[in-house]
Amino acid sequence: MSDARALPAITAGEITVQGVSKSYGTSHMRKEVVRKCSFTIERAKLTVMIGPSGCGKSTLIRLLAGFEQPSEGSIALDGASITRPDRDRLVLFQESALFPWMTTWDNILYGPRARGELGKETVELAEFLIHKVGLQEFRAKYPGQLSGGMQRRAELARAMVNNPKIMILDEPFRGLDAMTKELMWEYYARLFEENRRTNFFVTTDIDEAVFLADRVLVMSNIPTQVVAVIEVDLPRPRRLSDIVESDRANDVKKQALSILHAEAMRSFAHGSRAAADFVDAYLKRARNS
Amino acid sequence: MASTVDKILASRAFWRGVVSIVVFVILWEIGARSKQWMAPDAFAPLRELLGAIGLKKDYLPWIGAVPAPSAVLEAWAVVLGQAGYWQSWYMSLLRVAGGFIAAMLVGIPFGLLLAVSRTAHGIGFPVFEVLRPIPPLAWVPASIIFWPTQELSITFVTFLGAFFTIVINVVGGAKSIDVRYFQAAQSMGSSNWDIFRRVILPGTLPSIMVGSAVGMGITWEVVVAAEMISGGGSQQSGAGGGLGFFIWSSYVGGSYEQIVVGMISIGIAGFASSELLRRLGKYVTPWLRAR
Repeated sequence: MSDARALPAITAGEITVQGVSKSYGTSHMRKEVVRKCSFTIERAKLTVMIGPSGCGKSTLIRLLAGFEQPSEGSIALDGASITRPDRDRLVLFQESALFPWMTTWDNILYGPRARGELGKETVELAEFLIHKVGLQEFRAKYPGQLSGGMQRRAELARAMVNNPKIMILDEPFRGLDAMTKELMWEYYARLFEENRRTNFFVTTDIDEAVFLADRVLVMSNIPTQVVAVIEVDLPRPRRLSDIVESDRANDVKKQALSILHAEAMRSFAHGSRAAADFVDAYLKRARNS
Repeated sequence: MASTVDKILASRAFWRGVVSIVVFVILWEIGARSKQWMAPDAFAPLRELLGAIGLKKDYLPWIGAVPAPSAVLEAWAVVLGQAGYWQSWYMSLLRVAGGFIAAMLVGIPFGLLLAVSRTAHGIGFPVFEVLRPIPPLAWVPASIIFWPTQELSITFVTFLGAFFTIVINVVGGAKSIDVRYFQAAQSMGSSNWDIFRRVILPGTLPSIMVGSAVGMGITWEVVVAAEMISGGGSQQSGAGGGLGFFIWSSYVGGSYEQIVVGMISIGIAGFASSELLRRLGKYVTPWLRAR
């Protein structure tokens, strides 16, 4: 059943973000969330964006997905400008967006059904994916009957069945308990390593970022821009146990943390509450290690 | 089937319900017979006390004036054999069903339209909001004038009772669907029609069922009152005009036991129709109980 033949060829996309700004409101109520932001989400790589909470990452995701348009600048997928949501770029939200009124199986098949592409091959692919995410026994269950980790896996399958050029994940493992979270990291890393689709992963968790990423984009506080790009040249496939002991991983982590810290200190001086929390957590961590 | 009966019989909640009804009926019987057991001299101080606070002296306040359950049962046994009583049931059920189904058929699409179309909302909602606070019973005189037959006017008032509640619930339910569901559906290539059919409709279904259950309750309240006010629309003489008219004519005829029979009949009818809707609700929203 779980036959690799069922997988269609993966076309990995590349997204270029150029000089993008996004503001909400008008005149004196105007709030700039993203300022002159430029970066590339490279083909077939796992790019992780990390930044303080409330810095505008979710806004960037809405722009990448095409739910909203930038006030300035351009976003393009493989050279074609992004103007609306499309199955090319699928988003996994912070909280489950599985339809509560559909079973796991119907949720997974939502996309193909919506586009009228429910052929034999698609059903085979869905069958392959539901095994892949280990939910074959739960196909007739509703999302409310699944655990948090299962919901995330079902959502991964629901996205992948559409064979997107890029997967966008907005803090997908937030709110899971520590155990489940680490299992999901390894699980998700394996999934990526197997198919090498372009992935864009947003997080506030530095360990998550270092473990998963090929490249880490470190973001400034609001209005957000990229302040640093760190290449994470750790070998794949990665296992959590290797990473914990790897000096290189620790170097990357320290590097990212110090940039984030500097960024947070700057915003702290401007009275940001989120930044104050971050500085607090950072100091605690520094004392412990 | 037998196993569900067994399960009900084994459940504590069921027996609590039975006990509560039995105790209620016993207390009622005792209270209603207070005229008899308060007659001996031993109760003279109690009678004096009641008199002193300005109530009737020879029975317990209020409840002593109500016919006893045993007397009600007796009266019930008599009317059970009469075609007029069943005719009342039939008429009221017909009006409730007619008004309620019409309210669903008009209210659900109207509510969905208000929820999905900003233009429709802009045009329709203000009028709706002005008409909504008018109690259905205030419509009775007007609807007797508007509609050619009494039957239609009562059904119309019944319809109004459920309509506003259903619409408000549908609009609220559809508007509270999480925006992530729409975004997810859009990303996966859903057309607007597809989103309506597979996201908005099932997403609103729980609210539709809640609105219907509340609407059904109001329907019974309204139909009984409308029957009383309009005289039941009885072409035939006597108790042909629904349960509300049954109560009213019992009152006019001085048969107090029958008033209570009518009241309990409405209670049973209302409970049965709500239960039916709850069952239906569970059936059409299986994901809500699957937890």
